[in-house]
Amino acid sequence: MLFQDVVFWLLTVVAVGSALGVVLIRDLFRAALLLVAVFVAVGGYFVLLNAEFLAVVQVLIYAGAISVLIIFAVMLTRDVQQGNPPNRLQIPAVALAALLLAALVTVAVDTQWSFLPEGERQSVELVQTAAVSDISPETLEQAGAAGESAAQGVGLADLLIGRFVLPFEAVSVLLLAALIGALALVRPRPAPQDARASGAESASESAGAGAAGSEAD
Amino acid sequence: MNCVLGPDNILYDTVLFREVYNFVGQVLPCWLSWFVAGFVIIFLLVNAVLLGAAAFSWMERRLIGKFQNRLGPNRWGPFGLFQPIADMVKLLFKEDLTPGTADKLVFLAVPVAMVAPVMLMLAVVPFAKDTALANLNVGVLYILAVTSVTSIAIFMAGWSSNNRFALFGAARGVAVLISYEVPVVVSLLGVVMLAGSMSLADVVSAQTLPFIIVQPMAFFVFVAGTAAELNRTPFDMAEAESELIAGYHTEYSGIKFAMIQAAEFGGVMAASGVIVTLFLGGWEGPAAHWLGWLWFLLKTMAVAVGFIWVRATFPRLRIDQLLALAWKFLLPVSLINLLATALEIYFLRDASGVLTRGDLGIMTGINLALMAGCVFLFGSLVREKVRPVAPGLPPGVTPVILPARESPARDLPAGETD
Repeated sequence: MLFQDVVFWLLTVVAVGSALGVVLIRDLFRAALLLVAVFVAVGGYFVLLNAEFLAVVQVLIYAGAISVLIIFAVMLTRDVQQGNPPNRLQIPAVALAALLLAALVTVAVDTQWSFLPEGERQSVELVQTAAVSDISPETLEQAGAAGESAAQGVGLADLLIGRFVLPFEAVSVLLLAALIGALALVRPRPAPQDARASGAESASESAGAGAAGSEAD
Repeated sequence: MNCVLGPDNILYDTVLFREVYNFVGQVLPCWLSWFVAGFVIIFLLVNAVLLGAAAFSWMERRLIGKFQNRLGPNRWGPFGLFQPIADMVKLLFKEDLTPGTADKLVFLAVPVAMVAPVMLMLAVVPFAKDTALANLNVGVLYILAVTSVTSIAIFMAGWSSNNRFALFGAARGVAVLISYEVPVVVSLLGVVMLAGSMSLADVVSAQTLPFIIVQPMAFFVFVAGTAAELNRTPFDMAEAESELIAGYHTEYSGIKFAMIQAAEFGGVMAASGVIVTLFLGGWEGPAAHWLGWLWFLLKTMAVAVGFIWVRATFPRLRIDQLLALAWKFLLPVSLINLLATALEIYFLRDASGVLTRGDLGIMTGINLALMAGCVFLFGSLVREKVRPVAPGLPPGVTPVILPARESPARDLPAGETD
């Protein structure tokens, strides 16, 4: 449909343009803001795919939380207005980025989507169908309630505390470890100059948790 | 020209858009109907924010005047009702300054980035039955998502102004925002569980008893967190006038300042609307089918007046008190509320998962008792430990012996050396 095509190409121009800006612009703060634009544009793709839940979560977590942490880190970096100074890590960085891209493309192409159980495969197919054309009512009916609920978070919740409960719990342990780490970093030391140095380090890592840590003491 | 929006279109759920599109589609070509319907939606949103901001600024100034035993604006129109228009004209004619060292592009983008989340928030609030601009099935989460973008706008303002007061204000504002976002999200989970849906329309129709009495803890946490996210007193660290000039919008003037101000005042109205929808039964009231919009507006005004009342009553908190309140009081209380609500729903619901009005009444009793216990328990955690200095000096302070003077009238009494 024309409207969705127009929106798709607008989003693509914004996403790709901002992504190029993120790596090409020398001003770190503006680069971080452009990263927000990329996140919001990707959220727009999810809306186009009728996955409103994913779109909202994308904006909430990436644009609202992660980029705020990135901007915090940028603001606490010294001499940020001089931009990112050139260093000898450029070639390894290019190699690493290329490897990562290759891995992502391989995963996306090689994944056997049919490996998923019946209901989930239908919902994945629903999303893929919607990616190339708009969803017809028949597709919706075929996918049935499974596709509908998977897109709206009900299926997601079932999966999270059902099949994927172990990774889910492992992530929560990881977060707890990060929280305790931040607490340990901001804890006042006996020598005052030590405490100041460690406080500056940890502030860039987790400002909210750091504030909690200093409060708990 | 019969243009009808089918259910496969992503804009089908946007009720007003669909209605307008189908209506104009009878006479106009389809591509023009798109523009007309889109224009109607944008027109309504922009004017709702601006009118809400104007109404709120008048209400705030009049009421603060009453609270402080003075008149407030009373010259322009009856009860000073046209004062917002005069303010607007004044701000439009002021010189629009941009600091020479500012990051001009980011500086220019800030007012837009401040106003946009407020408009987006209003888009999903149902004003009456089936009368939301967009009936999203993830409405609650959507509101959280669009309001979280405000912190980036505050960052942009603080950074691009190239002014240390603006930067201080932005750093404080964002510290407050990310601290208060956690308890707000957790407190809303109780509401979502009770309603069994994240759509705001479903949340309203689930309130056979208003959630303010079923979920008193969630209500308090949400209102406190919203006040903090809106930078309202007593949480207005980010723009503390006596410390930071005006915080992150110190460098803004003219129309840009007007837009930031409109975003703040309109934000209070939009947040009041959200509070009414989530906790006060939204449009419900006597003859809700005809007068739903009136009940909604009255309740919203009442909540907004509550915000003004709080501003007139409480002094500003210090930053450590502010964060202590968030992490030691609001977060544990909201987590306990989440656990209690989940258990209550698990034990009280019937086989089909439906909660009757009687169930909600039982939950109300349990939650009120729990709230009394929580306030007692966690209140002692955030109580101010510093006691007023007793007669005599605190340890470690050496008294300053003032030289004897001819006139002893200005000598300070012991214990008040400064």
